[in-house]
Formats: sequence, structure tokens, C-alpha cells
Amino acid sequence: MDVVKIEKLCKMYQLGTFQLSALCDIDLIIQQGQYIAVMGPSGSGKSTLLNLLGCLDRPTGGRYWLGGKDVSELDDDQLSLIRGKHIGFIFQSYNLIGQLNVIENIELPMFYQGFSEHDSADHAQKLAEMVGLGDRTKHRPSELSGGQQQRVAIARALANDPTVILADEPTGNLDSQSGAEILSILDELHRQGKTLIIVTHDDHIGKRAQRVIHLLDGRIDRDEFNHRR
Amino acid sequence: MRWFTIKKTAKLGIKSLWMHKLRSTLTTLGIVFGVCSVVAMLAIGEGASRETQAAIARLGSTNLIIETIKPPQEQADTGKVEAMRNYGLTYADAETIHNTIPYVEVTVPVRELDQEARYLNRQIAIKIVGTIPWYTEISPIRLMRGRFLGSTDLQYGQAVCVIDEQVARELFAFDDPIGTDVRIYGNYYRVVGIVTQAAAVRLKEEPAVGDKSGGVAGYIYIPITTAKRCFSEVNYSFSGGKQSLEKVELQKITVKVRSAEQVLPMRDILDVLLARLHKAKNDYHITVPLEMLRYAAAERRRSSIVLGSIAAISLLVGGIGIMNIMLATVSERTREIGIRRALGAKKRDIVIQFLSETLLLTLAGGIIGIILGSVIPFLVTYFSRQPTAITGVSLILAFGISAAVGIIFGLYPAYRAANMDPIESLRHE
Ligand SMILES: Nc1ncnc2c1ncn2[C@@H]1O[C@H](COP(=O)(O)OP(=O)(O)OP(=O)(O)O)[C@@H](O)[C@H]1O
Ligand SMILES: [Mg+2]
Repeated sequence: MDVVKIEKLCKMYQLGTFQLSALCDIDLIIQQGQYIAVMGPSGSGKSTLLNLLGCLDRPTGGRYWLGGKDVSELDDDQLSLIRGKHIGFIFQSYNLIGQLNVIENIELPMFYQGFSEHDSADHAQKLAEMVGLGDRTKHRPSELSGGQQQRVAIARALANDPTVILADEPTGNLDSQSGAEILSILDELHRQGKTLIIVTHDDHIGKRAQRVIHLLDGRIDRDEFNHRR
Repeated sequence: MRWFTIKKTAKLGIKSLWMHKLRSTLTTLGIVFGVCSVVAMLAIGEGASRETQAAIARLGSTNLIIETIKPPQEQADTGKVEAMRNYGLTYADAETIHNTIPYVEVTVPVRELDQEARYLNRQIAIKIVGTIPWYTEISPIRLMRGRFLGSTDLQYGQAVCVIDEQVARELFAFDDPIGTDVRIYGNYYRVVGIVTQAAAVRLKEEPAVGDKSGGVAGYIYIPITTAKRCFSEVNYSFSGGKQSLEKVELQKITVKVRSAEQVLPMRDILDVLLARLHKAKNDYHITVPLEMLRYAAAERRRSSIVLGSIAAISLLVGGIGIMNIMLATVSERTREIGIRRALGAKKRDIVIQFLSETLLLTLAGGIIGIILGSVIPFLVTYFSRQPTAITGVSLILAFGISAAVGIIFGLYPAYRAANMDPIESLRHE
């Protein structure tokens, strides 16, 4: 099944009189369960693509089907709903909310989807245990290491059992040890059948992925499958 | 909205306000003072309003009260010591008013005397009210037992009296006063009835008897004819090394008209009539309870405007302060907003989050303001003896005002927060 289908997707930025084309004519089909790395030099449009895939941004041209549904012309509320239900974000800088503890952070996506208090607390506890933080549920993000924070972020991304998980340089801020831990969790998710799209500069991740999409100047330069796996 | 959502939002709001305790406290001060002055203002206004209402009920809104006043002393430099000063309202005045003015309903003359009443071995200071049976129509007294003075009593100057509740209690204690005789100034009066002041006119700080009851236990009503027969109208007094004799027939004449519209025309008529009867003696004064109501209303309006402006200004300043702080909060928490948006929060969710935070702030301020504002009226009553009354409506209003301030001044910051671009916010440091 095609989880993501993109046709002639464009993103232009108007900078004064100058039109900057951050993404141009992207065609892409991603199947359920694929593990994809998006690579490319700085400024090539990786984050822009991820934001579009994550419905945080609207394309200036082209079409986008997420799980078979055309999401290219939805309004803000509908996009918020899609993000909450179908997208799991993992950011380079973790982006946990400092005032909330681990459990509360993991609960957030469920809160916005109207889960009951009991269900979301239970589910959040399970997710925390799954990423190995079952004993840190009452801690604040500031009391956790970077790797632990990123694991909380992964648990949060999984909260609503999203259609795709999008990660923008998830190991960018981590040392190699914690980075490796994160990557093994991502591998595990892949084994469970999740669709993962990971932006990275790291060739190791590129090697672990099933498929590597190379961007260059807002275009798809190469789209390779790793058959070794 | 679900209860869980409300709980969670409130908890979050409290948490983030708690993070900036000092800031939150300082911000709410404007609301505290504003709400405080609203509550105090309403309590003082309500107290004043009840006071006038009670006064009106006591004095009667369709009554005009003419009272004897002591005219200014004639110049001492004439050297002549006046043998006897003869002033004040007379029986003739009452007659003339009753007979010449067509739409007077009743004219009730009153003679007041400070006396002592005795029963068995008990003795108390009382005020004698010599009047006519129609006194009941101009005064809010209510018959508890027996009867009031009748026209036969008046006609024959019977030695009967009607006592009020206080006298009954103090003089008779557990005995039944009706049918017994009270001794006043050497004469015995048969008690025929007991009256009480209507509940509506009683005031907290005042003994339940009528006006100016300095040091008397209560009132005893006797027929005015009896009063004329038994008590001299000449009053001897010795003060400041000077002796003086005064003759006063009546202390008061109350004129009752049929409707409130006739009160003011009647005042003019009485003015003209009495001016003619009393030449330029300046020995009477007309009180119009209805006008008191008007003065009181005007006075209240004036003070409401002053206090209301103070309240409005502090609420406005407080509201602007809160808006300012909330704008600062919103920009501090830009990244948090971006995260929430990425995790599925709709604009509405963000609006609710920040609006409820503002609302919590103003409601907390409102509650503190209500508490402080409820204390002030007690202090006012304690120190200035001015009655005050805190009503439930005023508290609800004050609470409503703080909620309204929260919503009005919280809406813009919340709207700003909700409309931030998620990507920009996520990039924000
Ligand atoms: N809001 C914006 N306004 C104008 N130009 C933008 C905006 N966002 C991105 N761009 C431009 O779009 C292009 C692609 O940016 P993008 O952030 O996608 O790059 P990237 O591949 O993620 O780079 P990096 O590896 O450094 O994160 C860049 O040239 C950038 O300057
Ligand atoms: Mg990037």
C-alpha cells in the first residue's frame, strides 16, 4: 500500500523579488513499512520536504496523498488533525515541553486527540517502558540526558500509532553511543512494520535504511534501494 | 468540552503561572484592586440604599413631616430678658391644615414628652407620644395585641395608653400589660394595646423605636387630649446660668397625602400656609421623605461615578498589564506552541490554553479582590458607622467582571499564539 504519494510537489519561497525554489517537481511513492533515509547537502531541501510530508507546511504546487487521502488543500484544522493522528515527529533538538514530565510529554498527542485520562496515562506508561524509561516517568526533560530525551520524543511520536514517523536528524545532537541506541530503537520500529522517514547527514543511517533518497538543490538526485538488507 | 480537558488545561495553566509566581502576583494586582473597589462600592451603595429605604419606610413616602424647631435666639443685646418664649407648631396649625387644604388624607399632630413610667417597683425612661387614633396611618407601627387609641379616648381625654414592645418588655417583664395601669407623672394610664415597629424599618445600629430616642426605653402613646390635660406646655429649663421658659404646643404635625405625586405640590402649599401662620418666626421645618430618597439617589450616583471610575481605571490598567504579560509569555513559549501544533493541537486548542491561563490569573485576582472588597465594608461600618451590605449579586458581578477582563485582555495574546506559524515556532530559540 502507498502510504505517501507525491506528484510534482513544489515549495517556493518569495524573498523580495527573488523566488527561491526550496523543492521542485518532487515525485515520490513510499510504501507501508519502508525505512527511508533522506540525505543531501545542507540547503538541499530535506527539512522542507519533511515539513511538507508532516503536514506542517503547505506546498505551493503539486499534490500529496497521505494514506490515500489528498491532503494538499486541507485547512489548518484538518491539517492539525492529520498531524495528530497520522504523523509522528522526532526532532533533532528533542522538543520536549520543559514544564511537563515524561509521562505528560508522551500523553500530549493523545490529549489533543481526545483520549480519556485513564487510557492515555496507561498507554503513555507502556510507551515509556518500551523506550526503556519506565522508571523515569515523573522526571522533567531537564533531568534527563540527551539520549533519554530523544527516547521520550520517540515514545511521544508513537503515541497515536501514526501512519508515518518523520525524524529530522534524530541523532544530530547526540554522541555516538546514545545515537546508536536511538538508531536501534528506530530499527526495532521498522521491524514492527512502521513507516520511517529519516533526514540525516549520517552515512551509517543511510546504510541501515532500506531506501535512500538523495536531494540536491530541491530535486531528487538519486533514489536508491539497499538490497543488502 | 470534556472535564479531563478542562482539568488538564487548568493544571497546565496553574503550573506555568506558578513558575512565575512573583510576575503572576504583580500582574493580578490591578484586577485585585479593581474588583475590590467594585465589591466595596456596591456594598456601600447597597447599605446607603437600604438605609434610605428604611428611613422612607419609617417616615412614609406619602408623608410630609412638619417639625417644631427652636428659632434662633433673639438678639441678646436688646437687654430684655424674655419672660417666656412661645414658638412652634400649634393645635391651630393642625386645624388649619386639615380644614383648608383639600387633598390632605390625614393630619396627625404629635406632642412628645420625655417622662418616666412606673409599674410596681420598676421605673424606666420613656417618651410619651400624645397623638390621635390616625397616627397608625402615618407611622409604620403594627398592633401586636389589644387595640390602638380610639376616637372615644380622644374625645373624652381618657387615661389610656398604648405601649410599645420595648416598654412592655422592660416594664412588665413576664406580666401581661394589657388592662394594667402604668403610672406616669402622678397619673395612671390603663394599657389597652401593645405595638411594634414594622420589621422593614428597623435598622441594625438603631434602637427599634422611632427617631431621636436618646436614652429612652420606648414609646408610650396616649390621646393628645389627655396629654394636653395632664402635661403642661410650658417648659422650664436652666442652662448655662440662664433660666428660660418655653411654651411649645406640638412637636410634630404629619400630613399624609394620597399619592406620591401630591407630595411636592403639598410641600409648596404647606410652605405658603405656614409662612403666613408663623410670620417669619422660623420655628418649623418641613421634611419630605420622598425628597430624601431623591437626594440619596443623587448622592449615591455621584459616589458610584467616582468609585466606579476608580474601579474601571484599575481594571483597565490591570487588564492591559495582564495582556502585556501574556504577550510576553506567548513569545517566551513560542517553541512550546510550535511543538503542540506539530503534535496535533488546533489553533482553537492554543487559544483555549492561553485564554484559560489569562482567565485563571484574573479569576484568582478576582477572588482575592472579592475577599478584600468584602472586608472593606466591615471596616467602613466599623469606623464611620455607615451601614453597608454585601449582596450575592454584587459578588457574582465582581466575579463576572474579572472573568470578562480575563477574556477581553486574554483574547489577543491567545490569538497571537494560535496564529504563529508552526515551522517558524519550532525554529524559534
Ligand atoms: N522560511 C523560509 N524562507 C525562505 N527560505 C527558506 C525558508 N525555509 C527554508 N528556506 C530555504 O529553503 C532551502 C532548503 O532549506 P532546508 O531547511 O529544507 O534545507 P536542509 O536540506 O534541511 O538543510 P540542513 O541540512 O542544513 O538542515 C534553503 O535554501 C533555505 O534557505
Ligand atoms: Mg534541515
